[in-house]
Amino acid sequence: MAIEIQPERAEPTGRGPEVPGAPRPWWLRPGPHIGVIGAAVGYILGHLLGNFLSSGYAQNALSDTNDVPIVLGYAFAVIGWLAGVGVFNDLGKLMIGKPLPRHDPAAETGLGRYFRYTLDHKVVGIQYLFGMIGYFLTGGLFAMAIRSELLSPSYHLIGPNQYLMVVGEHGTMMMMMMSSVILGPFGQYFGPLLIGSKRVAYPRLEALGFWLTPAAYVILLSAVLFGGFPTGWTGYMPLATQAKQGMDAYYFAFGLMGISIILAGFNMIVTVINYRAPGMRWSRLPMFVWSMFTVAFLQVLAVPVLVGAAYMGLMDRTFQTAFFTNQLGGSSFLYEDLFWFFGHPEVYILALPGFGVISEVVAVFCRKPLFGYRIAAAGMLGVGILSFFVWQHHLFDSGINPDMRPLFMLTTELISIPTGFIFLVGMGTFWKARIRFSIPMLFALAFYFNFLLGGISGVFLSDVPADTTEHGSFFVMAHFHYTIMGGLIFAFMAGVYYWLPKMTGIKLNETLGRIHFWTMFIFFNSTFMPLFALGLMGMPRRVFEYARNLETLNDWVSISAFCLGGSILIFLINFVMSMLFWREREVGNPWRARSLEWQLPSPPPPENFERVPVVLSGPYDYGVPDALPVADLNPPPGVIGAAYAGTSGVEA
Amino acid sequence: MTTTETPATGAPAEPRHGLRMFLIWIVLSLAADLVIWFVWYPHMPPGDMSDAARHQQFDIAVMAVSGAPVVIAVLLYFVYAIVVWRARPGDDSDGPPIYGNTKVQATWIIGTTAIVLWLFVFGTVELVVPAGAGAGEGPSPIWKLAGVQSTSWTPASNDMLQVQVIGQEWTWTYRYPQFGGMESTALYLPVDTPVTFHVTSLDVIHSFWAYQLGVKADANPQVDNVAYVTPKSLGSVTVRCNELCGIWHGAMFNYGHVVSQSAFQSWASGVQSKEQGDGVLAALPPYALTYDPTVIPQLGKNLVTIDGITGAAGYYYPPSNPVTP
Repeated sequence: MAIEIQPERAEPTGRGPEVPGAPRPWWLRPGPHIGVIGAAVGYILGHLLGNFLSSGYAQNALSDTNDVPIVLGYAFAVIGWLAGVGVFNDLGKLMIGKPLPRHDPAAETGLGRYFRYTLDHKVVGIQYLFGMIGYFLTGGLFAMAIRSELLSPSYHLIGPNQYLMVVGEHGTMMMMMMSSVILGPFGQYFGPLLIGSKRVAYPRLEALGFWLTPAAYVILLSAVLFGGFPTGWTGYMPLATQAKQGMDAYYFAFGLMGISIILAGFNMIVTVINYRAPGMRWSRLPMFVWSMFTVAFLQVLAVPVLVGAAYMGLMDRTFQTAFFTNQLGGSSFLYEDLFWFFGHPEVYILALPGFGVISEVVAVFCRKPLFGYRIAAAGMLGVGILSFFVWQHHLFDSGINPDMRPLFMLTTELISIPTGFIFLVGMGTFWKARIRFSIPMLFALAFYFNFLLGGISGVFLSDVPADTTEHGSFFVMAHFHYTIMGGLIFAFMAGVYYWLPKMTGIKLNETLGRIHFWTMFIFFNSTFMPLFALGLMGMPRRVFEYARNLETLNDWVSISAFCLGGSILIFLINFVMSMLFWREREVGNPWRARSLEWQLPSPPPPENFERVPVVLSGPYDYGVPDALPVADLNPPPGVIGAAYAGTSGVEA
Repeated sequence: MTTTETPATGAPAEPRHGLRMFLIWIVLSLAADLVIWFVWYPHMPPGDMSDAARHQQFDIAVMAVSGAPVVIAVLLYFVYAIVVWRARPGDDSDGPPIYGNTKVQATWIIGTTAIVLWLFVFGTVELVVPAGAGAGEGPSPIWKLAGVQSTSWTPASNDMLQVQVIGQEWTWTYRYPQFGGMESTALYLPVDTPVTFHVTSLDVIHSFWAYQLGVKADANPQVDNVAYVTPKSLGSVTVRCNELCGIWHGAMFNYGHVVSQSAFQSWASGVQSKEQGDGVLAALPPYALTYDPTVIPQLGKNLVTIDGITGAAGYYYPPSNPVTP
């Protein structure tokens, strides 16, 4: 834990004048290259330790032969990786009483900083952006493999084992890595900027959160070396006990990513509460920050349950505990409960950031204040709170608590009320607006379309009798792809087109962007709309064999999915070419947005604000003739103290 | 519909957007609901082969009829907004600063709450009245199907037929306790008879999905999961596994048949006497609600015990590929 022992560094004025000595050459400084060496050494050490520990074990039926060395190998590899990246350097210095080097953001320049453990939240945001795009593309490639196999009703391309491996990798990659797809890049980058802060509360935790993601990614992928894991992204337990060593990779990676998510959420909560600029009242908080704040609570409260479940699963597989083995006094229901108690808030960890991005985009391009600001914030909080009370709807047919199904049906349907607020806010903002169809706005409109269909199909699923047919079928699959891919990923794309000029000073090509949008929108719907029908016609999830009469529809879906992949490829080409070669500069405020981050140069200077700004009005006062500027970026000395006195604490 | 109750128009010259949208919405929703109810509903899955399936079909249709106006309202609103309120080229102005409208917001909240409460009441009635509507109800269901509990089953009585569904990697087996506990790999059911399924598993979690009957119940090891159904018409039924259970999950399906009561009687007694004759019944473990596959009663001992712990979790059914389907 990073304990702040030098409070003056939180002050705006203290920029160190001295940079003692020349920095070491890059290959001697901590970084990913040393991290890889650390991970390799760590894995070997852990594996040897595991061999030593488990050599006396009776190799009985409950475990595979070498789970203990593999899990310990992963654990030590992660520690080695973090050490090599430099996570523990400051901690070590503190422990032996050496002074901490001054982390001067202004001294961190050049491309090299993106490959270092850094304390600048903007650098971490960029790291997240590239990381998340990479993870997303990996998961997407697995999806292409799934759809290739489903071109034919029996197996023809990849065997059943490989098929399950691909399904599991796709699902887990998307669900666990993509939970940070907006919170990582945009939350870390713009959270502090939007609230007028120079920094986040816990920069070390934030950076640690990022540097855990490559480890989780590699460990999850390493399951492929063991032939994958057969359980899909849910990891249900009696099957997971049976599975081979790939299962260890699943549990370990998911737990590790869980820790990363918890750290990010913790940092976000403290930052939003404590680091708002003077005048940034709760009632002036941009909607994106509200969504980050709510999501952070979900992360901190729900994800530990997953970490616990993953840990217990690993114990079952390695040290012969029987938490989840029915015959030995455990319960497979327990795992289902723990997993979905995390799993349902997780769905909103994915969805809520999308609401936030879309709310920002809609206000800017409608040139109107956000309609019903309070109701938008209430909607996010309502969704966040209710999401803890619905998890049993994943288990309607399982035999757990069957008498409680009406209650969970009610809570599940109640959650559509706060979700509806998000639509009310969007629709009210569109009323008599001056709508600009920029690319972010197009993605926002597509978000509403997709999320509407996803949400309405969710109401079908909440009804227990109707769910009896729909549960576990392709209908569910279509439903959550509509909410997550159609909601979260479309919102992420809106965010990329909206904020990339701010993050890099470079804008993406407009023509390619529009082609990307239209292909993605059309082929997304053409891929996932037929899946509703396939599910209702009796096709279960995660099968590679289906009834022959469903082949035409499946082929249609597969071909659409390939086109959807092509659309993502257009995005990738646009991204790479625009960033590396075309480099079309976009400085200033191209969208004429009012929120705080756009009042800064692009990209923002290392310390964000030269002085802590004083926020004068809300971020959405578009069309108000005599609106105050959103903030005084250069308040005279002394104002801040007075402002603090006036606005200290919480006011709404 | 709540969504069209938009802020009152300001300038008198403005067209009455709310009224326009409302009229278009009424026409479109009415058309959509009529099409859904009269054209689509009779063909909606899962069909009407059993009482549970009929209730599910009815539920899906009712929710489609309730949901379609909402979808149409929202989409219509966005399309209308895009067409009418798009910024014309060269227009750099801002929109009117409307921060909210208490009446609209209150209407919206009341409207969505009313819809949600209606769906909740409807869903609960539809769950309780048809005795769980085919869903798995755990070991001790509180919403039971009417029928006479009896140790034997005869046609033309109202005897409840007991069928045990046993899932294992990767096949379904059915046991009929009222016919001496005989075992079959094909599911036969008599028409117009209340049926109790006792769903359980020998190894991992499966899910018993008799699609046309509208029955879905997870098969958990060491758990008896009960589901009720009354088949209403003759025909065949697809049974699939609906919970990922290992590599041949996709191949874990077979077929069931709903036959007349007398045909069922003769089939079941026939299988029973055949299995009695060739010794299968004697070799089977006695009928129970759950089974521990590590115990082989005929051997009179547990298969493998290490350090006093009986190995479990399906290991003794080592994964082996059934014939490639």
